[in-house]
Amino acid sequence: MSKGTLYNKVWDSHTVDKLPTGQTQLFIGLHLIHEVTSPQAFDMIAEKGLKVAYPERTFATVDHIVPTKSQARPFQDGEAEQMMDAIEKNVKKFGVSFFDFKSGHQGIVHIIGPEMGLTQPGMTIACGDSHTSTHGAFGTLAFGIGTTQVRDVLATQCLAMDALKVRRINVNGKLKPGVTAKDVTLYIIQKLGVKGGIGFAYEYGGEVFDAMTMEERMTVCNMAIEGGARIGYVNPDQTTFDYLKGKKYSPAADKWDKAVQYWKSIASDKNAEYDDVVNFTAADIEPIVTWGITPDQSVGINDKLPEVARFSADEVKTVELAYKHMELKPGQSIKGTPINVAFIGSCTNGRISDLREAAKVAKGRKVSPSVRAFVVPGSQPVKAQAELEGLDKIFTEAGFEWRAAGCSMCLAMNPDKLQGNEISASSSNRNFIGRQGSKTGRTMLMSPAMVAAAAIEGKIADVREVLK
Amino acid sequence: MSKINQIEGKAVPVEGNDIDTDRIIPARYLKEITFTNMGQYPFYDERFDAEGKPKGHPFDLPQFQGSHILFVNQNFGCGSSREHAPQALMRWGVRAIIGESFAEIFAGNCTMLGIPTATVNHGEMMKLQTLANENPQTRFLLDLDKKTLMKEGEEYLKFDIHESKRNALVNGTWDSTGLLLGNAPKTAQVAKNLPYVNGF
Repeated sequence: MSKGTLYNKVWDSHTVDKLPTGQTQLFIGLHLIHEVTSPQAFDMIAEKGLKVAYPERTFATVDHIVPTKSQARPFQDGEAEQMMDAIEKNVKKFGVSFFDFKSGHQGIVHIIGPEMGLTQPGMTIACGDSHTSTHGAFGTLAFGIGTTQVRDVLATQCLAMDALKVRRINVNGKLKPGVTAKDVTLYIIQKLGVKGGIGFAYEYGGEVFDAMTMEERMTVCNMAIEGGARIGYVNPDQTTFDYLKGKKYSPAADKWDKAVQYWKSIASDKNAEYDDVVNFTAADIEPIVTWGITPDQSVGINDKLPEVARFSADEVKTVELAYKHMELKPGQSIKGTPINVAFIGSCTNGRISDLREAAKVAKGRKVSPSVRAFVVPGSQPVKAQAELEGLDKIFTEAGFEWRAAGCSMCLAMNPDKLQGNEISASSSNRNFIGRQGSKTGRTMLMSPAMVAAAAIEGKIADVREVLK
Repeated sequence: MSKINQIEGKAVPVEGNDIDTDRIIPARYLKEITFTNMGQYPFYDERFDAEGKPKGHPFDLPQFQGSHILFVNQNFGCGSSREHAPQALMRWGVRAIIGESFAEIFAGNCTMLGIPTATVNHGEMMKLQTLANENPQTRFLLDLDKKTLMKEGEEYLKFDIHESKRNALVNGTWDSTGLLLGNAPKTAQVAKNLPYVNGF
């Protein structure tokens, strides 16, 4: 049993009661909702004649189904329009704040929470979306829930939960040039596996995380769930406080010192006890690309794809399915694999720093004629900032399409989809079969800079060589 | 709310590790604003070809029709938190799932719907899936009180299930809203003590 960790402290301070089932009734400090997993939950509370218990603690936006080419209403897709209509009616009826297109703050739910300072250290945060782990970057317990649990949060601001074990993951040393937060998170998943985190919350620590910006920490925590860990977090520090200062919902100046004092108090103690500790060395990490159908099926950019015999007997079936689906062969180099689509965006890598890194690669270069490439900012403010910096021009001059904010081709619930067996180089988080909208479509995950490099070369490339 | 102590029925095996919720229900079906039709969609893209013809997935084989128990392998339900996945399985007819391991969010969603997620080891699951494949008419009974799987009326093996999930099912408190609402005054007290709620 862990002791003295941030996980333990936040869990304890939010515990309402021990339920007769043995579960803990946990208070949820921040509830984020979006159009896809909320309509049924609102219907459920309406049916029971309940209201939203703490409407001021729930915030809504639209991201999954919104088109990124034209956001004019009504949407061309009737189902998407109906879904928009449902969330608009529900937020009005139940008195929930809504960041819609007109607000100037619409965007991917995991991007706008931090952006506005809604996400603060020491909170419990729930959202009907598995990538809620992103908010752990601020030292929160943030996790995805299903729709019936969304109903519980709306009706009671609480959830019935079981405590997780805590695994500390240290990455020490210094990352090599060209190695990004995305590579760090893909590396951890490659080493611990997609099931390695089941039953655990991941606490990320060590020199590499200490040195990361908040946006980089968000990229890492975002993919904790891809390693099976429902929660991933980094202890809050000066980087966290500096990021939060002056944000729309951050504590006001006269409360700031007290807030910081509190945030410091919830960080893991120096002598905290963990259920497990894992250590990695920064210098071992290369730019990483996935080759398969689970996020742990990945290699370094200069590696060859693994032989099937390297896997344990019960993994062979998945590995063979991966090779068949991806139309790749063991022993071949990942570098040089031709791509058809390049997608930069998502809650993993749709923030301003991601776009800046990709723009460095795109600047003065041209997208290969065989590639359809597009950049989707994670939120309206990210889009505005990028345009202020001229990144949109760099991208469009290079041949990338410049789109409006949304989840886009990360999950293809909108018009952005792969066609047939196209291969995409994608800065998103899941390479599952069918994930990007075509059941024969193929996804290779990598950092946004690596996606830009692949777009330019028309094939998987080492961004460090492209930039030379 | 109903107590769930036993689930009886035939079993359908779906083999493979890391079967994610995108595979259980493709995202395009999440555009519907109710769960009503979800029973038509489980494993849709693995079951049907481009013309909509069945490809021979266990969910379409005649011998598995009417099954209530699903046999799966490791990390079943990983990925997206979409409750549409267990909703689709439940509305197809699944009442209980036995697997080697389950993704956290998926298992939680199942409990909220009254679907037990029981675990057995790899060897036991191999045996169960073989049994279901070779003798699909075999009747199983999942006994949550005894944590025992019965086969044709005889004890076959012991399974594990998270104790709080088991309690919620056998005590009929798996639909948790009532329990949580009962603590509204305590909830208000906890909220009041949180610095970020009370404005520091």
